[in-house]
Amino acid sequence: MSKPRNQCAKGHGAPKAKEREGEWDFYWCDVSWLRENFDHTYMDEHVRISHFRNHYELTRKNYMVKNLKRFRKQLERDVGKLEAAKCDFFPKTFELPSDYHLFVEEFRKTPGITWIMKPVARSQGKGIFLFRKLKDIMDWRKDVGRSDDQKDDIPVENYVAQRYIENPYLIGGRKFDLRVYVLVMSYIPLRAWLYRDGFLRFSNTRFTLSSIDDHYVHLTNVAVQKTSPDYDPEKGCKWMIQRFRQYLTSKHGPEAVETLFRDMDNIFIKSLQSVQKVIISDKHCFELYGYDILIDQDLKPWLLEVNASPSLAASSQEDYHLKTCLLEDTLHIVDMETRLTGKEKRVGGFDLMWNDGPVSREEEGIDTPGPGNFVANTHLGCNNDRKKQLRQLFRSLHSQKKVTS
Amino acid sequence: MLQEEEDLSLTIAHIVQKLKGSRLYSQLERQAWVSLQKPEIKLESLKEDIKEFFKISGWEKKLQNAVYSELTVFPLPRHPAAPPEHLKEPLVYMRKAQGSWEKRILKSLNSMCTELSIPLARKRPVVEQKELLNKWNEMGTDEPDLSLFRPVYAPKDFLEVLINLRNPNYENGDHLNLKTHLGLIQVPLKVKYISELKEFFIELSLNTGQLGIDDATQVPPELFENEHVRLGQKVLAEQDSAAAQQYIRQGSPTALRAELWALILNVSNQPEDLLYYEQLKSNVIQHDLLVDSLIYKDVKLTASNDDYYFVFEDYLYQVLLCFSRDTSVLGHFAYNSASPPKSYIRGKLGMEDYAVFYPPNGVIPFHGFSMYVAPLCFLYHEPSKLYQIFREMYVRFFFRLHSISSHPSGIVSLCLLFETLLQTHLPQLFYHLREIGAQPLRISFKWMVRAFSGYLATDQLLLLWDRILGYNSLEILAVLAAAVFAFRAVNLMEVTSLAAAEAVLADLSTLKVMPLLQIFLFATIT
Repeated sequence: MSKPRNQCAKGHGAPKAKEREGEWDFYWCDVSWLRENFDHTYMDEHVRISHFRNHYELTRKNYMVKNLKRFRKQLERDVGKLEAAKCDFFPKTFELPSDYHLFVEEFRKTPGITWIMKPVARSQGKGIFLFRKLKDIMDWRKDVGRSDDQKDDIPVENYVAQRYIENPYLIGGRKFDLRVYVLVMSYIPLRAWLYRDGFLRFSNTRFTLSSIDDHYVHLTNVAVQKTSPDYDPEKGCKWMIQRFRQYLTSKHGPEAVETLFRDMDNIFIKSLQSVQKVIISDKHCFELYGYDILIDQDLKPWLLEVNASPSLAASSQEDYHLKTCLLEDTLHIVDMETRLTGKEKRVGGFDLMWNDGPVSREEEGIDTPGPGNFVANTHLGCNNDRKKQLRQLFRSLHSQKKVTS
Repeated sequence: MLQEEEDLSLTIAHIVQKLKGSRLYSQLERQAWVSLQKPEIKLESLKEDIKEFFKISGWEKKLQNAVYSELTVFPLPRHPAAPPEHLKEPLVYMRKAQGSWEKRILKSLNSMCTELSIPLARKRPVVEQKELLNKWNEMGTDEPDLSLFRPVYAPKDFLEVLINLRNPNYENGDHLNLKTHLGLIQVPLKVKYISELKEFFIELSLNTGQLGIDDATQVPPELFENEHVRLGQKVLAEQDSAAAQQYIRQGSPTALRAELWALILNVSNQPEDLLYYEQLKSNVIQHDLLVDSLIYKDVKLTASNDDYYFVFEDYLYQVLLCFSRDTSVLGHFAYNSASPPKSYIRGKLGMEDYAVFYPPNGVIPFHGFSMYVAPLCFLYHEPSKLYQIFREMYVRFFFRLHSISSHPSGIVSLCLLFETLLQTHLPQLFYHLREIGAQPLRISFKWMVRAFSGYLATDQLLLLWDRILGYNSLEILAVLAAAVFAFRAVNLMEVTSLAAAEAVLADLSTLKVMPLLQIFLFATIT
């Protein structure tokens, strides 16, 4: 299945890869290229690049934790405890080896619970394991320290130890997590869009706490599932978020579901706000993030991590469709052809979630609702009639242009 | 007038007799005794006072629901002198055809049994029982070797039988005329014309609000949706089965659907029901049936491979294995043209005293059977409730999709209705498909047998099943099948083979059911 990225760029007419050194208008780059070249690449006004220079402030688990903690403290100081409590969507995390002693203190406070150890910089589930006893990580510490068969240029990795969520919401006895897409066009001011589609990734085996060695149960990354013995690629361990939203509504009622999705909006916004001042703002940059969310049995969403380069490989026809449309709409918003006015609240499957302030679903102007009636302009898991919307949008933009020209 | 009165009193007597044996009766009796303690019940006006008490406390409503349920499910006795077979199926040739089909199925099952030397039933050793009990919630992880088992039959085998059905008293004449039916079904059953369908499905008309159409994003919810939801909540508060059935014809809001279906099917989760389910579960643990392997195989082949239902695999085993052992299902054979297969204790072949029904519920699963249960997992999460809903759906509707009968909701009538609608309203398409060897029924049969489960997107399927419950009829399946052909007519006119026609109609997952039905019934020029 050809990568959606190629398909998209071709359809859009925008050049995908640079032809000659430095001669590109739009670059969907790898983070490694960024690291090496960004600082000494001159970019014209109109040029766009798909990453922020220091995106790792959000996407590397240890930095994210630091930024979030700091933001939370600031909120508590400036606004109050209630507002600060809205940042409690990240399970207690400690950076290792630096915060080892703090971690042990916390560990001793709540004995018997399960913790998960994740390497800071790796993805796709590599290097992750669960543990309940300090003894388990004592052994690991020794191993890590002693590894001389590792390549010389890779330093001892930083890990984070995170409290493992022991009561995940289960469907059919299986654990799952959500992948949601957020597009950030700028940090100062903060402009972020939320994509209506997304998907659930199911673990291929039933959830049980009794087998924490079973890698396959606990990790829902598709990459890990692909190696599970009974993985059947035909089966497709994914559900579209729309299906999930319907399922929850029939089980818990619409209000509970509204609350859950509102709490998820809160996660996206607070996490972006926490790195707002740290990210190097550059008008050439934009970034499409893949947020991984876990929901527990009390319908509380937890942030697992944020990915700066979410996988764009498709595992099924439906998946391919989703990712192609996602990229297409991203390119529409990046707007190399400057067709948009900048006042749009919706482009294709993206809804403007934050525009230097919350964005309301209602139209501005007449009868603006009071503060109590605010409904956010997000439609995660809702109907995505993007083709129709795009048609209407571009038609009206075209006629507007005609009037002004 | 006299005849009607006689019929009515016959019906009343019949229902009273049925309800007397039910749990509701003993509950009502107990309530009546308890109410004697109350001060408002006076000896002089005992009857009226107790009636009043029942009305206020909601027991009358429960009785009403039970009576309504009986009326809906059981056909009215035609004539006091009619033998019980007539209740199952009045036409002799249909009964004969069903009988010989059953013989074939049983033969196939017995031969598989002999070939594999597996007994039809055996008691599990204690160790195995313990193991199964532990694994009860995750039977899907079991990977028994099922390669030697094959489904007893598939829908296409059944279709062949239906195609060969003939009424021996009916002579069609040798020459073709306008009345000749070009389709595969060649029995003269009465099916509704489109004008009759329009009247029957009046609540689906263009002027009436529908969920599945009028709850689309562009339509402001104040126009229809909000009021409809409010009405639904009221119906649930009243706990009135008949009102719920009427209400659901316009579709059920997602949040209310589970309760509404339970109300319409008159399923409540009483402690006795839980106990009954537990009893069935222990039957499963103690005995292993050959049919169990067929169920396993079916689930693995169909539901587990479905993108959306694979998650519910474990629930399917929990429901279907218990279903096979549920002897209360035998009750529906009174109005089902089918009869439960009989098996004999080893060595006592032919001796009626040693005959047992096999499987205990009399229903032999076929390829795709588990898809009847899968969509229900979306609504019900508690195994015993899920089980009861499925059982009720089966004995009211699904059984008609795989037994030969003349009932208007029976599969034969549905096929004929489908073909007639197509031939009458899309004659060019029908003729074209017939010419290229792609008889439309060959493609649509599998949709109807499964009530479209696994072919439509789940939310659309649930909207369709809302209407099945609302109209207490499966005819909507035939109408939808015809509407799908009408929708894809342009592409179908261009195909030149059965395979190509199948390809055009392979993917129904993007279809929106209600607009298709509405357009076909009410907006097509006839």
